[in-house]
Amino acid sequence: MHIPDGYLGPPTYLGAYAACAPLWTLAARRLRRSLSTRRVPLLAISAAFSFLVMMFNVPLPGATTGHAVGGVLIAIAVGPWGAMLAITIALIIQALLFGDGGITAIGANAFNIAFVMPFTGYGAYALLSRCFPSEKGRAIAAGIGGWVGLNSAAFTTALMFGIQPLLHTGADGRALYAPYPLSVALPAILLPHLTLFGTVEALVTGLVVRSLQRSHSAWILQPAIGEGTR
Amino acid sequence: MKEYRTFWIALIVMALLSPLGLVLPRIMKAGSAWGEWGVDEVKRMVGYAPAGMEKTAGLWNAPIRDYTLPGQAGASLSRVSLSYILSGLIGIALCAGGGYLFARRVTGRQRKGRT
Repeated sequence: MHIPDGYLGPPTYLGAYAACAPLWTLAARRLRRSLSTRRVPLLAISAAFSFLVMMFNVPLPGATTGHAVGGVLIAIAVGPWGAMLAITIALIIQALLFGDGGITAIGANAFNIAFVMPFTGYGAYALLSRCFPSEKGRAIAAGIGGWVGLNSAAFTTALMFGIQPLLHTGADGRALYAPYPLSVALPAILLPHLTLFGTVEALVTGLVVRSLQRSHSAWILQPAIGEGTR
Repeated sequence: MKEYRTFWIALIVMALLSPLGLVLPRIMKAGSAWGEWGVDEVKRMVGYAPAGMEKTAGLWNAPIRDYTLPGQAGASLSRVSLSYILSGLIGIALCAGGGYLFARRVTGRQRKGRT
């Protein structure tokens, strides 16, 4: 899901940077107001955790690979704004040092993976865990949230790929950037995420939440937002 | 920090296990992730190298490209796996360092603002 350099035209990647800039500022402001000092190390752990989770490429045999992100789990631990910043840190290091995701595409990848995923997934989790407030219910809600978040990010990523031929096709009919239209990009990215990779994300999220519930660190699962203002 | 010891240990264990994410896709011939092909691969798939892509794809030369230490690109699977583990450990150090400094800066100001 990491868009490399050369796949997006300047309007898309500059637009994504422009969309992320106010979100990053807002995230820092929200964190300043509401992240308790006790959770500060959690932000560091979260950034490292998402970096590592993304190293576990999951094979769809004979076809393609994908990976989980841990974005919704992180959103539960440090709030969705904290997740945006933690995952952005991981994405920047992946791009600069490891060439995983392009440097022109850091804004685009952050928008999809660090913004869309934690917010949609955490929203689904918050909604579902209100309906099923038992511990087991909340762990399952977290798993479903992970699935929703990963697939939302896959969807916006596929949109970015798929609109490139519409925006940039030369007079000779050749694409200038990502060559596949929406009709190819959407199913190619979404189908494996809806099935295999989303399931992996859901399992990782749900199982970690379940084991946190039984550990001394269960307080982490209490809402992270607004804690510091009390 | 003591409160989080188990978490740090878990991260290091994850880094040690990370070669699974390298070896399993190879065994199952899973290929690369959709949309993360090199320009040559795109050329093979659609018959030409998109002009803009050709210009921007090589914009950045990452020092540890594909989580493989320099000079280890064609090495044996065990050495590439070692590279992968080291990349994971480097990633932990940098992400945690970056995340910690950032969070401290942000919440440090919060405390100053209150007194």
